[in-house]
Amino acid sequence: MRAGVAEKLATMSPDEQALLRPLVATSRSYYVVLVILGAITAWGLHAYYLQMRYGLGRTGLNRPEYWGIYIIDFVFFIGISHAGTLISAILRVSQAEWRRAITRSAELITVLVLGFGAIQPIVDLGRPDRLLNVLFHPHLRSPLLWDVMSIGLYFTACTIYLYVPLLPDLALIRDSEIKAPRLYRILAAGYRDTPAQRARLERVIGWLAIAVIPIAVSVHTIIGWIFAMTLRPMWHSTIFGPYFVVGAIYSGIAAILVAMVIIRRAFGLQQYFRDIHFDYLGRLLLLFSLLWLYFTFAEHLTAFYGAEPDEMRTFWSKLTGAFAWPFWLMVTFCFVIPFLLMIWRGARTPLGTLLASVPVIIGMWLERFTIVVPTSVNPRWELAGVGQYLPSWIEVSIMVATFSGFIMLYMIATKFIPIVSIWEMKEGREHSVQDVAERVTGYLPEAVGFSPAEPG
Amino acid sequence: MTRWGMVIDLDLCTGCAACEVACKSENNIPTVSPEQAELGRTISWMKVVAAERGDFPATSVEFYPRPCMQCENPPCVKVCPVGATYLDEDGIVGQIYARCIGCRYCANACPYTVKYFNWYAPQWPDTERPHLNPDVSVRPKGVIEKCTFCHHRRQKARETAAAEGRQMMERDYQPACAEICPTGAIVFGDLENPRHRVSRLKDDSRAHRVMEDLGTEPKVYYLRRSN
Repeated sequence: MRAGVAEKLATMSPDEQALLRPLVATSRSYYVVLVILGAITAWGLHAYYLQMRYGLGRTGLNRPEYWGIYIIDFVFFIGISHAGTLISAILRVSQAEWRRAITRSAELITVLVLGFGAIQPIVDLGRPDRLLNVLFHPHLRSPLLWDVMSIGLYFTACTIYLYVPLLPDLALIRDSEIKAPRLYRILAAGYRDTPAQRARLERVIGWLAIAVIPIAVSVHTIIGWIFAMTLRPMWHSTIFGPYFVVGAIYSGIAAILVAMVIIRRAFGLQQYFRDIHFDYLGRLLLLFSLLWLYFTFAEHLTAFYGAEPDEMRTFWSKLTGAFAWPFWLMVTFCFVIPFLLMIWRGARTPLGTLLASVPVIIGMWLERFTIVVPTSVNPRWELAGVGQYLPSWIEVSIMVATFSGFIMLYMIATKFIPIVSIWEMKEGREHSVQDVAERVTGYLPEAVGFSPAEPG
Repeated sequence: MTRWGMVIDLDLCTGCAACEVACKSENNIPTVSPEQAELGRTISWMKVVAAERGDFPATSVEFYPRPCMQCENPPCVKVCPVGATYLDEDGIVGQIYARCIGCRYCANACPYTVKYFNWYAPQWPDTERPHLNPDVSVRPKGVIEKCTFCHHRRQKARETAAAEGRQMMERDYQPACAEICPTGAIVFGDLENPRHRVSRLKDDSRAHRVMEDLGTEPKVYYLRRSN
């Protein structure tokens, strides 16, 4: 950090100092991690180049296993993206005051991971050069086209929803002149934080929070429908829309928790991500582990009880056959571990939620695997000698590179925007404590005809 | 209204696979290496599938020549995001190779698993190249292809009939598989035209269609004695 910047920082409030420091001070290990992630991402790009050049034959895909890791990752990453914006919007709309510290980091996950999710089906295309045909020759009956539209809308909405609440902080950085003045002059877009501007800003955020909730729900519903609209056994299910939405939010909460634990540690933000946040998010995780179990049980029981032979082939391949390992591992990771940890108050700590969230993230990936692959390899008309899937190193490389690329961009973003919303912390301190007290008073009956001050 | 369809008599089929070979040669279908075949990447618009019937020891093997079912209500056409697969005016499900983006959604939606993907660019030995059929376009890598009832032959047949100023007859338009079948098990024609054999055969008491309960309305019928 340069001396001038340190002086400027020293004149600011403690919140501003703590939250702006990561923008101007960078440790050596940060660069080391960044270089490693960059190398992994470059490796993945190389793998994609080979796939483009020689064809999808370089993957482990075949007939009937037409969709593999790329589509699993697509569902997975878009699922993670439901964390941020949806949780943040719900908490804002319901005026949950504990949201203030966590919304920014969550919204940032959404926007970045959504981009990485949305490129997965493009990586999966046999002819990525003809991608724009979805605009030139749109065929509105196709769920894939609904998906293009809903993800496009969601990405736009989430980006605006991330950017608008950033304005006061961007203006603060611009005015403090601690970093890249020209860049922040553009980014802050002339925002001056006058009372009129602030009122308008909050009104816009309020509208966006409401708009973004149905859009987010539509996105994962439609992803579920991509599968459900086909006549394939164990895909053709009416429950898939809500089942996918619940799974998406579940994996999203887990992703927020992991990100919070890491950010807290890396930037020393223990004062901002407090035990109460982990306790509350841990409760949400517990709720979603139960919802997940409910949907998974309902889905499998319905298939089992109806016992249609084509469905049963896929069903048994999941429960006892070739996919029993990923299936039961999924049940352990998505339900047993998080449930047993999160019902226990003592485990709803940073470490405890981390131990529950990592299995949830892996388990939700496995869930998408056990949805996509067992059905694919068990077509209605059985084929002799096919029905296998072993991903190639190209697919695995692209998957690992997607993770590293996302983490890399997230790390870079933390150097340009405060990872906790400064103005919302300030607003919380200055107004919310009083507002909440008044609100709670408003919940209670007015003390008419009862005056403890005058004992009678 | 013309509705091209096929009736395959399983009681006549010997499983010789001449239809498979004729189809590959007619439609410029590339062969793949044994390793690729092992992975499940063979392309066979027409494929003779062997199915075992009955319980041991009273088992028998039955051969199902399997082309595209040419559904009247095709699940693959519905899901294509770019309209690269379509139901044409005669009820044949066609593919537009130059428009397909290779998402393979149609291949997943097809209950009969008869849509094939070009995992690599097609290759032929130099000795085979001169024998490619000039009437059928060669597919690039990364697109879906499938049986088209040899609809390039329909075009020729239409033009011939028009030039001679007459109606198209059954013998004018026959796909390669029906033409080659040594036992005459594959019969092809207009299901709606009473002068074509298929219009009667499809109502035969032995007739059935595969997965009729799905409501896809296939235009390929199979004949089999109930035993």
